[in-house]
Amino acid sequence: MYIVYLIVYGFILTAVLGLVASWVDRKVTARVQYRKGPPFFQPWYDIIKLLGKETIIPKQSSKAMFVMAPLLGFSAVVMVSTLLWANNNNLFNSFLGDIIVIVYLLAIPSIAIMMGGFASGNPLARIGASREMKLLLGYELPFILAILVPIIKSGFSLKLADILSFQAQNGAFALQASGILALVVLVLCVQAKLGLVPFDIPEAETEIIAGPLVEYSGAGLAVFRLMKHMLLFTLPFFLIILFLGGMKFEGITILYSVLKYVAILVVITVIRNTNPRLRIDQAMRFFWGPVTGIAVIAVVLAVIGW
Amino acid sequence: MSLKLRALLKSPWVFHLATGSCNNCDIEVLDCLTPRFDIERFGMLLAPSIKHADILLVTGSCNRKSAIRLERLYKQAPQPCLVVAIGECSMSRGMFIHSYNCPLPLDKIVPVSAYIPGCPPKPEAIIAGAVTLIQTIKGTL
Repeated sequence: MYIVYLIVYGFILTAVLGLVASWVDRKVTARVQYRKGPPFFQPWYDIIKLLGKETIIPKQSSKAMFVMAPLLGFSAVVMVSTLLWANNNNLFNSFLGDIIVIVYLLAIPSIAIMMGGFASGNPLARIGASREMKLLLGYELPFILAILVPIIKSGFSLKLADILSFQAQNGAFALQASGILALVVLVLCVQAKLGLVPFDIPEAETEIIAGPLVEYSGAGLAVFRLMKHMLLFTLPFFLIILFLGGMKFEGITILYSVLKYVAILVVITVIRNTNPRLRIDQAMRFFWGPVTGIAVIAVVLAVIGW
Repeated sequence: MSLKLRALLKSPWVFHLATGSCNNCDIEVLDCLTPRFDIERFGMLLAPSIKHADILLVTGSCNRKSAIRLERLYKQAPQPCLVVAIGECSMSRGMFIHSYNCPLPLDKIVPVSAYIPGCPPKPEAIIAGAVTLIQTIKGTL
């Protein structure tokens, strides 16, 4: 049963939905800038093209690390989406502490990018990887604090199934004061996890070319891009399970589930298109200052019971 | 036509390389990326690194210093990689043809797939050249 979830839901369905989501993101960006934008199958063409290109491994890189890093990040994303789909479709698939497993696995894509950057032996890639590390330290604290809110609200349960069934009985957490604050914090953290514009400091194309990905070509770059596209689906899906009551696929609720996802995707795209890039010190100050403050307030409100 | 080649023609990422031009051709290349001309319609993106590139857009007259770098960059690009010469200087060295500083034209240094004339060429001409190149590859294979 878990094999089916791993291959069909975790990999194929998430990859397809992630590629569609990345097309929506690019098309909306193009329309915001009064452009026409790429055709529907553009993300597919990009991935297939990159898989067919020559893969160059730099002489000065540490080769095993350089080749392994994309696969490591990719497999972590596949496992996260498998866990999320398994919990969303059948509540009996949950086990104690799966929310902790997911939080850990969601840090691995960033760590994989760091590994790849440091292993490639390029100074620009090293700068990008060290910025990625600082950004990870910045957003991980408010991320975990905000995830505490649904855990507290559902009666201190570390199972996703309990959070989902509690929301099915008592209404979504996003309708309550602490839930709204935590959701705002998590959307900002997701923006940084995805490496999108206000927080695309590691990949700053105008300063350090492509950051950690500068030496990647061919299949390695394809796997990294596919990983990012899949994260673009997986992270909003995680937020929907935590705060908006999960996705259901029976009758008219399909429309409602799609609407939840599209709403979060559009918020992410609009933030990305209306903001300039921050410096790394500004991003750290932002995450450790106001964002952590809001997350602490949300946790306190959740403990009081609001 | 193989799936690999079809995907390559649908998403050619371009890398912009100036080998000592007067900046006019470079500005026209940048014009192609603006909302008015929008080459993302054809799936083209400006590749930040040479390792991500499929097409090298070369402008300028390849002087002694930059010819070495051009050759090195061409070797670093992952194959298949095409070279497009933009502007009069990169085609025939233009007014610098008798200069001591420009010993070789571009197509004696690296193989060139398409030439786009003009001093500088219009963005429309650059897009037309790219589309013609794609159609030629589709027709011959």
